[in-house]
Amino acid sequence: MAEKIGVYVCGGCGLGEAVDLDAVCTAVKNKYQPQCPVIKAVPVLCSSEGKAAIDADIAEAGLDAVCLCACSPRAKWDVFTFGDKIQVERVNLREQGVWSFNKELGALEKAKGIDDLQLICNEYAMMGVVKMIKSNIPNPEVPETCKTIMVLGGGWTGLNAANAAASLGYDVVLVEQAAALGGKVANFYKTFPLSYPYTEAHETGLDKLITQVTTNSKVSVLTGTTLEKLSGAPGLYKAELSGGQNLDIGAVVLATGWVPGDTKYLAPMGYGEIKNVITTAELEKMAKDGPIVRPSDGKAPKSVAFLINTALCSVDSCPADVALECEKEEQAPVNPPAEGEEAPAEAPFCDLESQRHLALSSELSSLVALKQANYVVEKDPEAAAYIFYDHMMVPGINERYYKAAQDNPGVMLSKAQIKSVKAGANGSVVVSMTDTLLGEAIEIVADLVVLPTSLVPTTAHSPVVNLEYRQGLAFPDLGLFEGYADSNYICFPYETRRTGIYAAGAVRQPMGLALASEDAMGAALKAIQCVSSANRGVAVHPRSGDRSFPVFNFVRCTQCKRCTEECPFGALDDDPKGTPMPNPSRCRRCGTCMGACPERVISFDNYNIDMIGTMIREMQVPAKIEQGGPRVLILACENDAYPALDMAAMRGKPWSPYVRVIPVRCLGSVNAIWVADAMSKGIDGVLLLGCKYGDDYQCHFVKGSELCNRRKENISESLKRLGVEPERVDQFQVAIDEYDVVPSMIDKFMDMIVKMGPNPFKGY
Amino acid sequence: MSGNAILVVGGGFSGITAALEAAEMGYEVILVEKNPYLGGRVAQLNQYFPKLCPPSCGLEIQFQRIRNNPNVKVLTMAQVTKVSGQAGNFDVTVSIKPRYVNEKCTCCNACTEAAETTVPCEFDFGMGMRKVAYRPNIFAFPQRYAFDKAKCSEAEAKKIEASCKYGAINLADQERTQTFKVGAVVQATGWKPYDVSKLENLGAGKLTNVITNMQMERLCAPNGPTGGLLLRPSDKTAPKRVAFVQCAGSRDENHLNFCSYICCMASLKQVTYVRERVPGAEVTVFYIDLRTPGRYQKFLEKVSADPKLSLVKGKVAELTQEGSGKVLATVENVETGIKNVEEFDLVVLATGMQPSVAGEAVAVNAPRDEEGFFIGSPDSGVIATGCAKVPLDVMRSAQSATGAALKAIQTVAGR
Repeated sequence: MAEKIGVYVCGGCGLGEAVDLDAVCTAVKNKYQPQCPVIKAVPVLCSSEGKAAIDADIAEAGLDAVCLCACSPRAKWDVFTFGDKIQVERVNLREQGVWSFNKELGALEKAKGIDDLQLICNEYAMMGVVKMIKSNIPNPEVPETCKTIMVLGGGWTGLNAANAAASLGYDVVLVEQAAALGGKVANFYKTFPLSYPYTEAHETGLDKLITQVTTNSKVSVLTGTTLEKLSGAPGLYKAELSGGQNLDIGAVVLATGWVPGDTKYLAPMGYGEIKNVITTAELEKMAKDGPIVRPSDGKAPKSVAFLINTALCSVDSCPADVALECEKEEQAPVNPPAEGEEAPAEAPFCDLESQRHLALSSELSSLVALKQANYVVEKDPEAAAYIFYDHMMVPGINERYYKAAQDNPGVMLSKAQIKSVKAGANGSVVVSMTDTLLGEAIEIVADLVVLPTSLVPTTAHSPVVNLEYRQGLAFPDLGLFEGYADSNYICFPYETRRTGIYAAGAVRQPMGLALASEDAMGAALKAIQCVSSANRGVAVHPRSGDRSFPVFNFVRCTQCKRCTEECPFGALDDDPKGTPMPNPSRCRRCGTCMGACPERVISFDNYNIDMIGTMIREMQVPAKIEQGGPRVLILACENDAYPALDMAAMRGKPWSPYVRVIPVRCLGSVNAIWVADAMSKGIDGVLLLGCKYGDDYQCHFVKGSELCNRRKENISESLKRLGVEPERVDQFQVAIDEYDVVPSMIDKFMDMIVKMGPNPFKGY
Repeated sequence: MSGNAILVVGGGFSGITAALEAAEMGYEVILVEKNPYLGGRVAQLNQYFPKLCPPSCGLEIQFQRIRNNPNVKVLTMAQVTKVSGQAGNFDVTVSIKPRYVNEKCTCCNACTEAAETTVPCEFDFGMGMRKVAYRPNIFAFPQRYAFDKAKCSEAEAKKIEASCKYGAINLADQERTQTFKVGAVVQATGWKPYDVSKLENLGAGKLTNVITNMQMERLCAPNGPTGGLLLRPSDKTAPKRVAFVQCAGSRDENHLNFCSYICCMASLKQVTYVRERVPGAEVTVFYIDLRTPGRYQKFLEKVSADPKLSLVKGKVAELTQEGSGKVLATVENVETGIKNVEEFDLVVLATGMQPSVAGEAVAVNAPRDEEGFFIGSPDSGVIATGCAKVPLDVMRSAQSATGAALKAIQTVAGR
């Protein structure tokens, strides 16, 4: 709680001309003089003189907080820093006041003549002051943490990750379920090229990598071992391994890779029925072990056809029981336990493999076919290899490898639509196709036909990470990516809903070895960052370095479990009584738990229910709409909606003068009590501005805006019961680049409110 | 700065990512960007595929991370001119161009209002104009204006100087250099759109209604020259028939001897721009292969379900433009072999990505291939990442850059 607040009102950027700065000061003085020993207007606060004045006051008056009524916190951030002992609040009078104000806009006829801009500035300044009064500098407890990185999976990616983490001085435990290291790559004869000039397949270099890892004293290798259970939190994990071994672990790199897709999905192309139809996985093994022969008679094939157009195996042609069997289960709602009932021990896990993995593996299918076509010619210069594709999926630099194959006289490539694959005479296989370079409709008779092997992530078949978390054993959202333990963020590919576990390699996406080794390094770095953040008591992405953390006042907790269910990151477990058990190092500090709690049990030192509630109470609501205008409270996501408003103001797009904007960490942190308080105070409407939700969500906390929208539905119900129009509370999805749209969203909402008339609670 | 500091060359998505990932491990980072703002190519994009989300959303988080991390030192309008020494011990010289706007700038816009001279806006690939005193873009980070003093008269410069109440215009600003000691260099210099003037048969950039995919991004961006309206350049009308020409320069030994990775997905994304903005518009994409690897398959399925979209395996042999503004495309359909001429209102060339530094000297001593990509030199202390190394999409650039941060830390750790 700030006790000595310096309040500064800036006169720059048009503020001084449009606003009576002294009146802002007086308004603050009248109410908060005891807490604010310094209250002053400064011509240009960001000037060296302005900054020096603040610094001098901090020293002389012993200020512990400054409330800077000037521009957006997105501007001049480098000027307004005062060390970690001084709390800083940036009251945005420029963008949300003078730059977005238009006295003609939306003002009600009778209410004209009121200096709305002055009211806006006065109220925002007061809000800034009370925010500081309700805010403390967080002082996280720093637990005794373990820094060991556990790498799950001793294949190519896992080995690279182990090496990478060890190279930065971290102890590594490498857990591999097989008896030997190497994973799938151990069966590779060669890899497609990993470096310049990208034209020839070569040895993988796996043996060298294994030696590096096994001779590294920082890495302990546990083969023939699986992870049975992972409990705890980043920096404080307990890993229970098969064989009863228990280890303290800091963070995890998940590199359990892939398994070959079920060949049943290849049945429409003859696999299983025709002996000489094999998969690339089978051919790779053969090439590794010696000559390529066909299964029917052990003879070396003179013609090998690689069919990478697998459209025949698409959903329609698959047996109905195979198709979509999982999707049905996916859609089955997981019912939250009824009150008093025990939560289920584990969320049901559904196998996510489907024929779609063939299409999702398209890039590897193309590259592997190119590589293996070269094997055919390399092993038998008399033999011919054919590749039939729909789209040669070799994006990027691997085009050069494709070009090199085109120059190989033994390799023939053509687009083709495969119509059928049938057994021919003497063990041959007859492939009928259309739309090829060789003709409209042709038949190829091959000694051997090779079909692609899809890369199905291990996480499609089992939880793998076996988390002892209240929200379940596995990564949530696996269904979004057909079981791949991937991130839904483009910009932040390592961010998932399970802090401390970073997936890399083919468990995340089908990828070749070059990308997988880089990915392993990326994931290792994220794991190390997570351990080091846990060790300092600070948050990881997206609020990296944030020292605040949720504090629980358990006395009032009713064990309703809302917070444990709603946390997007599964940060909260239940104790046997059902009381939430926080795990600060799993927490991302979004405040979704705080928004969920009906008892207001959860708070952050510098962000809490009381703080925002008090700020809302600083809104002055005119007794009569027609005389002072209506009032609408906007709770805006600080990451996207708030910058959008800033940019709208910068582009000179004003909005209604009757709204007051309060930024929130995430809409997920919006507690219904704020809305209820606002409505009971006579505020005419509440608008929630947050990120897009759904499969392509833009919420930086994954579920925040979606959860808020659900809460909004409940609020609407309550309003109805009280005889208040539910439309008075609404949520809009605003992307950060919708700066030209957001002012009109606000104005439309305001028009609706004006038409609807005053909040029936006004004046009570 | 010391031997365990890291220099990151290039402030695009890869460079920002590498810089932050290293800085959040506690290392000092100098991030050098030649533009007056950070964000590189992604700052110019309207949306990312496949989520169709604005790049500024992720950039805002990155900028917040920079604001909160004193380990990152950002230098804009800056170029690395000299790197000497070896891994663990480099001496770096950075040259900073005069911006003529100092740290007092509040972005109040008075200088832009005072300026009269306009020049083609490079951020919009010349499709719009900007004043000589300008905000590089609405989302510019750092938030500071820039002034092209050389492009206006002395009198106008004086007027612009006088318009600033904060003393932020400094007409005496000069190019200056700074030197740093660093232990590792991350080369994240990214890519540039392939020069269309080399594509003679596709109009060589001279046909007004034949634009590049990057220009298309600007046309559809809310902060672009048309405020996000899709209007063709010749007559500012909404195009009813739009064609996309894939591999404009890419996969061609005479131009770019590689596939540029992103163009198929970028064009499919831009198909949604057209369909959203121009009701009833018909779109054709002429391609060799549709490269939608991995989970992008879903996006292909979603976009290709649009009945107004034709995906044609075909090669565009020639583009010409008529007086009416119609663009005539001579197309050979690869599947049918039929060659014919089709009319379009607007044609978008899916121009590829060329390494930004292709054909240019660079300060670091690091090997590059004949196309200009860095080919990697282990233990040299120079780590290439993102599209400076191979063509990649944004997601894979972020992966690559995070890995690069680790490699840089390996080089400097313990020094």
